[in-house]
Amino acid sequence: MTVNGWLQILLFLALILLVTKPMGVFMARVFSRERTFMDPVLRPVERLLYRITGVDEDHEMRWTEYAIAMLLFSVVSMIVLYLMQRLQGFLPFNPQKFGAVNPSHLAFNTAASFTTNTNWQAYAGESTMSYFTQMAGLAYHNFVSAAVGIALAIAFIRGVARRQMETIGNFWVDLVRSCLWVLLPFCVVGALILVSQGVVQNLRPYDKATLVEPQQVQTTGADGKTVTTTVTEQTIAQGPVASQEIIKEFGTNGGGFFNANSAHPFENPTPFSNLIELFSIFVIGGGLTYTLGRMTGSQRHGWAVWAAMAILFLVGVTVAYWAEARGNPLLAGADQHVSRMQAGGNMEGKEVRFGIANTALWATVTTDASCGAINGWHDSFMPLGGMVPLVNIMLSEVIFGGVGAGMYGMLIYIVLAVFIAGLMVGRTPEYLGKKIEAYDVKMAMLVALVFPLVILTFTAISSVKGFGTSSILNPGPHGLSEILYAFTSGAGNNGSAFGGLTANTLWYDTTIGLTMLAGRFLMIIPMLAIAGNLARKKYVPPSLGTFPVTTPLFTVLLIGVILIVGALTFFPALSLGPILEHLLLAAGKTF
Amino acid sequence: MKKNLIIAVLMTIATTVLLGIIYPLVVTGLAQVMFYDQANGQLIKKDGKVIGSRIIGQAFSGPGYFHSRPSAVNYDAANSNGSQLGPTNHVLIDRVKGDVATLHAENPGQPIPIDLVTASASGLDPEITPAAAEFQIARVAKTRGLSEDAVRRLVRRHTRPRQFGFLGEPRVNVLDLNLSLDEEGNPGSH
Repeated sequence: MTVNGWLQILLFLALILLVTKPMGVFMARVFSRERTFMDPVLRPVERLLYRITGVDEDHEMRWTEYAIAMLLFSVVSMIVLYLMQRLQGFLPFNPQKFGAVNPSHLAFNTAASFTTNTNWQAYAGESTMSYFTQMAGLAYHNFVSAAVGIALAIAFIRGVARRQMETIGNFWVDLVRSCLWVLLPFCVVGALILVSQGVVQNLRPYDKATLVEPQQVQTTGADGKTVTTTVTEQTIAQGPVASQEIIKEFGTNGGGFFNANSAHPFENPTPFSNLIELFSIFVIGGGLTYTLGRMTGSQRHGWAVWAAMAILFLVGVTVAYWAEARGNPLLAGADQHVSRMQAGGNMEGKEVRFGIANTALWATVTTDASCGAINGWHDSFMPLGGMVPLVNIMLSEVIFGGVGAGMYGMLIYIVLAVFIAGLMVGRTPEYLGKKIEAYDVKMAMLVALVFPLVILTFTAISSVKGFGTSSILNPGPHGLSEILYAFTSGAGNNGSAFGGLTANTLWYDTTIGLTMLAGRFLMIIPMLAIAGNLARKKYVPPSLGTFPVTTPLFTVLLIGVILIVGALTFFPALSLGPILEHLLLAAGKTF
Repeated sequence: MKKNLIIAVLMTIATTVLLGIIYPLVVTGLAQVMFYDQANGQLIKKDGKVIGSRIIGQAFSGPGYFHSRPSAVNYDAANSNGSQLGPTNHVLIDRVKGDVATLHAENPGQPIPIDLVTASASGLDPEITPAAAEFQIARVAKTRGLSEDAVRRLVRRHTRPRQFGFLGEPRVNVLDLNLSLDEEGNPGSH
C-alpha cells in the first residue's frame, strides 16, 4: 500500500461527500415535482411523452398499482430485448453482420440480466452483439432499469414521509423524471468527457491493423496437435461505446460493451476516465441518502446512513487493497515489491495504468453498489481480495448501493435495526415517527431471507452436480468461490463475475436468469408493501423512549445489523471458499 | 391493469426511440465533431495503412523490440479477456515459472518486474511499467547496436507520469516506444 494509493482512494470518497448534498437536493426537487433549472428544456419532452403514452401525471397510485405498473413495464421491455437479440440479423447498425444471439437460453439470460439491472454477461459483447442491440437494447435497459430502481427508492421514501395516505406516487411519472432529469443530462456530458480521454464513439466496422511485427502463434487443436500460425493482422473492435459506458456506471448497471469491460482500453483508457467512471457509480447512491433526509424532514438521519455506508466502504477497500498489494507468494522469482518504477502486487488480471490501488478501489466500489463493471478480473484476485467484492454483494449492496436498489435495501436494514433496538429497550419500535409493526418486520424478513435462500440453494446444487462443476476453471476451494460468486452476483443484481466459470450453459443461463429475476422482483414487492403500509400510518411524535436514528449510536447499530444479517448467513459458505483457499495458499498448496 | 399495460407498451417504444436511438446518435455526432481522433480509436497509419491503435497493445517477440505483457488472447482486439486464472491454480504458477526462467536467462541478476509475467485484464494492455521497460533496455540496445543510454533516453521520453501528477500509475506505451525505435534507432538492424 502506498501514500499515493490512499490519496487516490480518499480523494474519491471526498468527491462523493461533496456531491451528496447537491445531488440529493436536486433529486428531492425532481421527485417532488418542484422547479429545477432544466425544466425549460425537459418539461416539453416530458409532456410529449405523457401525451404519446397516455399517462395522467396527476394520478396517484396505491402500492399495489405501483407494483403492477412496474412489473408490466419490466415484462414488456424484457420481451422486446429478447426479440431484439434474436432478430438482430435483420436490424440496422450491424456492420459486423452478427446473426441472432444463440442459443435461446443465452438471449433469455441476457434479457433477464439487463431488465433487472444486473448486467451479468454470459456473452462477449464485441463478438455477439450488433451496434443496434447494444444501443437500443442493452444501453436502453441501462437507463430504464436504473430509472425503475430510483423510482422505487423514491416510492419507499414517500412511504416513510407520508402520513395517513393510501398512495405512494405515480410509477410512470417517477420513471420518466428519473430518465429525463437525473440520468440523461449527466450522461450526455459524461459521455463526451469519456470520449475526450479516448473512449470510442462511432458506428464504423471493426478496423484491420497490419501488425508492426507479425507473430507466430501456437494453438492446440481439438486433436491435441499444436499448430503454429503467423498472425499479421489485428482486428480492432469499435462501436458506440462512450454513450453506453457512462450510463453503465451512472445507472450502476455494469454491462460492458466489450468482454473485458472497463479494463478494455476503449472503455476506460486513462486514470482520469477511471475516476470519472468510479465517481459515476456512487453519485446517485450517495445523493439518495440526502434525498431521504430531506423528504422525511430529518437531514441528520440521512447523514447517519451516509456515515454507515462510508465506514463499510473504507473497511472493504482497505482489505482489498491490502490483499492485492501484498502480491502472490506462490509466484516466486517475480518482483512484486512496490517501487518508484512499478506498483508491484498481484498484477495477474490487472492493467498497468490502474495498478493495485485503483483496481482494488474499483472492485470495492462496483460491488458496494450493484454495478458489476470491472477494471480487473476478480477471479484472479488473491483469496481475501476476491472475498471483498463477494461479501459486499452478500450484504445486499447497500454501501451507497445500486441506484435506488441500494437505498431501498438499506431501508430494509434500517427497519430491522430499529426493530432490534425497540426489542432491546422494550418499546414498540418507531422509525421517523412511524410505528414499525409485525407486518413491516415480516416483510423485511422476507426480503432478508429470499436472498440467501436463492443463492445457497443453487450454489449447493451446482457444486455437487456434474452440470455445475464442469464449468469451473480454477479447481480447489476457488471453484466453489466461482459458483458462489455467480449466484450471489445474480441474486444481488450485481453482474460482476469470477469470470473463469463457463456461464453460457443451459444450466447456468437458466438458473442465473431465474436468480436475477427473483433477486429483483421478489425483493421489490415486499419492499413496496412496507412502503404502502408505512404511508398509511399515523405520525407518532418522538418521546423519551424513542430510539433516535440520527446519532452515531444508530450508525453503529445499523452497521452491526448489516454485518450480522448479511455476513453471518454466508459465513459457512465463505469459509469453504475464499477463507480455506487463503489458508491453503499460505501453506503453499496449489491445485 | 389494461390501461397500465397499454402505457407499458407505448412507454417502451417511446423511451427506446429517445434513449436507445436518439441519445447515442446525438452523442456520436458530437463526439465525431469534437474529438474525432479519440472517438475513432486513435488509429496509427503508415503509408495509408492502419498499423494499430495508440491505446490497444500489440504483441512483440523479437529481441530488438520492447515486449508487451503476456496476453490471454494474443492481443486479439476483437476478443478481449484475461486469463481468469486464480491465485492457487498450478496453471498460473507454472506459466509464471516458465516466463521467469526465460527472462532470467535473458537478463541475469535483475529482478523481474511482475507485470512482465502476468497477463493483463483486457489482454490488450498497451502499457508496461517503467520497471519492465528498464528491464528490457539492455537486450534492445544490444540487438540494435545502440548504447543503453540512448535507448534509456527514448524510454524516458515515452514514460507517462501519473495523470495530473497523482492519478493512476506511471507507464510506458509499448507500441509508441517501438515505433520510435524503428524510426530513430538504427532502422533495419533488428
